[in-house]
Amino acid sequence: MVLFIIFCPIIAAILIMAGAPARKTALVASVLAFAAALFLLAFFDQSQRDFQHVTSFTISPDWHLSFTTGIDGLSLVMILLATIVTLAAVWFTGTIEKYENAFYACLLFISGGAIGAFASIDLFFFYAFHELALIPTFLLIGIWGSGNRVAAAWKITIYLAIGSFILLLGLILLYQSFPLAARSFDIRALTAAAGLGQISADAQRHVYLLLLIGFGILISLFPFHTWAPEAYASAPAPAAMLHSGVLKKFGLYGLLRLAIPLLPEGTHHWANLLVVLLLGNIIYIGLVTIAQKRLDWMLGYSSVMHMGYIFLGIASATVLSTTGAVVLIFAHGLSIALLFALAGELRKKTGTLVFDELGGLGKVMPFASLAFGFGVFAAIGLPGLANFAGEIMIFFGAFKNGWEMAHFHIFQIATVLALWGVVISTVYMLRAYRKTFMGTMNERWKEVGDLRPALRVPVVLVVGGLLCYGFFPQSLVQMVTPTFQTYLSANSSHLADEQSCSHGAVRRLRFMGPADGNAPQGRSYKVANKR
Amino acid sequence: MTITAPELEIAVLVLGMAMLLAEAFATKIDKRVLAFVAIAGLALVLVASFFVAPRASPSQATGFWSFYTADRLSMFFKQFSLLTTIFVLILMIDYAPVVRSSFPGGTLQAGLGEFFALPIFTCVGLMYLVSAIDFVFIFVSLELVAISFYVLVSFTRRNPMTLEAGTKYLVLSALSTGFLVYGIAWIFGATGQTNLQQIADALANPTTDRNAALLGMVLVLAALGFKIAAVPFQIWVPDVYQGAPTPVTAYLSVGSKAAGFVVLLRVLQPFLALPQTQRLIVVIALLTLIYGNLAALPQANLKRLLAYSSIAHAGYLLIGVACFDASAISFYLAAYLLMTLLSFAVLIIVAQQTGEQIADFDGLAKRSPFLAFAMLIGMISLAGVPFTAGFLGKFFIFYAAIAQHQTVLVVVGVITVGCGFYYYLKVVRAMYWQSANKTDKIPVTALSRLAISALIIATIWLGVYPQPILDALKR
Repeated sequence: MVLFIIFCPIIAAILIMAGAPARKTALVASVLAFAAALFLLAFFDQSQRDFQHVTSFTISPDWHLSFTTGIDGLSLVMILLATIVTLAAVWFTGTIEKYENAFYACLLFISGGAIGAFASIDLFFFYAFHELALIPTFLLIGIWGSGNRVAAAWKITIYLAIGSFILLLGLILLYQSFPLAARSFDIRALTAAAGLGQISADAQRHVYLLLLIGFGILISLFPFHTWAPEAYASAPAPAAMLHSGVLKKFGLYGLLRLAIPLLPEGTHHWANLLVVLLLGNIIYIGLVTIAQKRLDWMLGYSSVMHMGYIFLGIASATVLSTTGAVVLIFAHGLSIALLFALAGELRKKTGTLVFDELGGLGKVMPFASLAFGFGVFAAIGLPGLANFAGEIMIFFGAFKNGWEMAHFHIFQIATVLALWGVVISTVYMLRAYRKTFMGTMNERWKEVGDLRPALRVPVVLVVGGLLCYGFFPQSLVQMVTPTFQTYLSANSSHLADEQSCSHGAVRRLRFMGPADGNAPQGRSYKVANKR
Repeated sequence: MTITAPELEIAVLVLGMAMLLAEAFATKIDKRVLAFVAIAGLALVLVASFFVAPRASPSQATGFWSFYTADRLSMFFKQFSLLTTIFVLILMIDYAPVVRSSFPGGTLQAGLGEFFALPIFTCVGLMYLVSAIDFVFIFVSLELVAISFYVLVSFTRRNPMTLEAGTKYLVLSALSTGFLVYGIAWIFGATGQTNLQQIADALANPTTDRNAALLGMVLVLAALGFKIAAVPFQIWVPDVYQGAPTPVTAYLSVGSKAAGFVVLLRVLQPFLALPQTQRLIVVIALLTLIYGNLAALPQANLKRLLAYSSIAHAGYLLIGVACFDASAISFYLAAYLLMTLLSFAVLIIVAQQTGEQIADFDGLAKRSPFLAFAMLIGMISLAGVPFTAGFLGKFFIFYAAIAQHQTVLVVVGVITVGCGFYYYLKVVRAMYWQSANKTDKIPVTALSRLAISALIIATIWLGVYPQPILDALKR
């Protein structure tokens, strides 16, 4: 089943290149993949902590390299996100004037690569599948982009190529930092070996830094973010949806999958650096976002900014905050895809995305305006939408990290500053909403029509996902928490006294952790002791 | 009946002679028949080579086995040379119209016979070269390769560019041969030996004059640096690659380079104990990487671009040499063979329709989706995108470099990979982004279609499943 989800888009893409009717094949493939993901979700065994539905083909016994796929709660959430966004993106594409087949094939290649990366248990294929998206992205932006597409296409391609080669170095170093007998590309074997303490603290620091830079470039961590806004602004809407909604999450997934269990010492060592950088994402990029004068650029910058919250969850490395990070990854993927889709429609209908020229479109596009409102409020983090659940878990988790009465340490300061990010994102999101859909309408836009009924289906799907997991984040949390409990078993005691949380999801989470409040402190963060 | 390794070379030699004789006496036949016969003959030898059990020469060897080895490495590269030559001959069949048109006074068939026969002699030279473990034998087989290349490079001599290429190659190659002989003389003077194993033994002896031997090694390195296109011995590469007939360029950049690296590995073996050797290789690798990649950036002519890219790839291979990882180098060369020949195969077909400039590839995706896809695979493999052989080649090279803590090489390697993405994707951009001036389809013959398909499949297959090559190289 997992193999089916990976290869469904890829085979469809090959068929489309060979001449199959583009839109039909792509839609069928993405519906099938989504259905298969729902099937996996329905039959997911939450009591089992290890990977499920594992299939494995040996590639090279000498290198312990094999094509192994499978899912646990974490990958299942990512796959679900990928299939939803793929379906929405394909649905939103419509007819393309130039090289229609190639367009759909590129989209499906990106999707298949992302799903493959999320479902791979093998380090090599985890990496290789992600790269499958590189050339399609280059072509999508280059051929069908708008604005300064040439520069944007080169920039994203070179950036991501260098980033992924740095990542490759990190992965090779990770592989080599195990003793010879334990070397394997199988993530399960590596996790087991790391649990026995087979990576030296020194090696962990080096590997973590490489992974952080490599993944950081792919995720647009400040200061490696400059490719992202430009590329997203120039990319055609479906490409921007897939890239910012799904593909960019690969790096975050990688950090959660590799850095948290394998490199606890590295995570600890570089936490302060990461906190400074992520504050750059939240505060600096947040302010830059406010200054944007075009909707597409604003959305591009906002997607960079929101990565900061997820990084905060990863940096603090507690079960609560990492779970929150996954919920936010999922929620942000949906909300940014929705916003990019609607922005793309706006561009198609009006031909411009400059704030000063837009305005009052709510009158002629009531449905789009409502949907955009959902996206905006989700991005701000309004309760009832999934982003809120993720953000609040991250904030609580991060604030607790190294908490001492009456002393603020780096994570407390970071959380307080990051909370200001919510205010910043409120400012730019609401401003964008007002300038686009409210106010006096330009005479030019009188003839602009609302979204076609057919295009409302993916919008409803995405908004439904946001609302569903906004009210019931527990279903996501329950899937993901066991993974991180296993990863962070040593410091799961953080969960035990979560009384101050008011959010339902979090309060219930408490009972899933070990009830014993005096569990060994293990690798927990004691920033205070470092002074 | 068992086949032994030296019989393979003899079979190829006989094939070459027979072709020359047939060319001389059967003047009436279509000369392309000769090429098909040669391809079939080489394929037969290639099949036979899989039945040869590799065996290294005994350590106290005398006579023939003191200068000839048939270990796994040499068997792998014998097959490599045969395969390269087969593909080059296929490319030559496609290129035949160009050769004909460069002999305006001659008959329809003028010159074609030698054009198809000479690569076979080059192939013998390459096969001997990868087996050579004695400096004298290295020199002789290197000359066999070089002399057949002198003729091939300047074959379409009416073209001034080709003539220039031929002259440059002749002069500089002769110069490098001079260095080689001089270096061998110094090493012989210091150690009293020409066999590499015995040189290693002599160098282990503290009474040997190591500085003299080291000077000899540097001179030999200069000569081999010429063959593998390493900086600072790369000056000839762009002009010769651009001017030579395209199949010959492909042959130069794959066959000649691969054999050069095998010889380099063998020659460096005795000198590894000296710490200066590795440092020297690291410096050369750095220079080659930086020069090759930076100089490739502004190129507008695809053949010239591939010339610089061949310098750049020599840089990655030299990382492998600096780490002395023979299997990483061999895998990289195998991948390099596939992707380079793929690119040249498409180039030859397209160049006859439009031209060699990158701009001539504009809109190729419309005119011939098959050729555009083949070029796409070749380019992304050269750049190093996963699921292609080129990526795994880089993976093994970087793996070796990280294992040896060659931080500088790794850092420069990654940055230059970024450059590589730019100039290889320039070709992809031309094919898929730009619109074409002409819209007529480009015809592809069945044979080239077959060869190109085989290369595409092999490139992707090796990128996903490298185990066959790894097994072939396992000691």
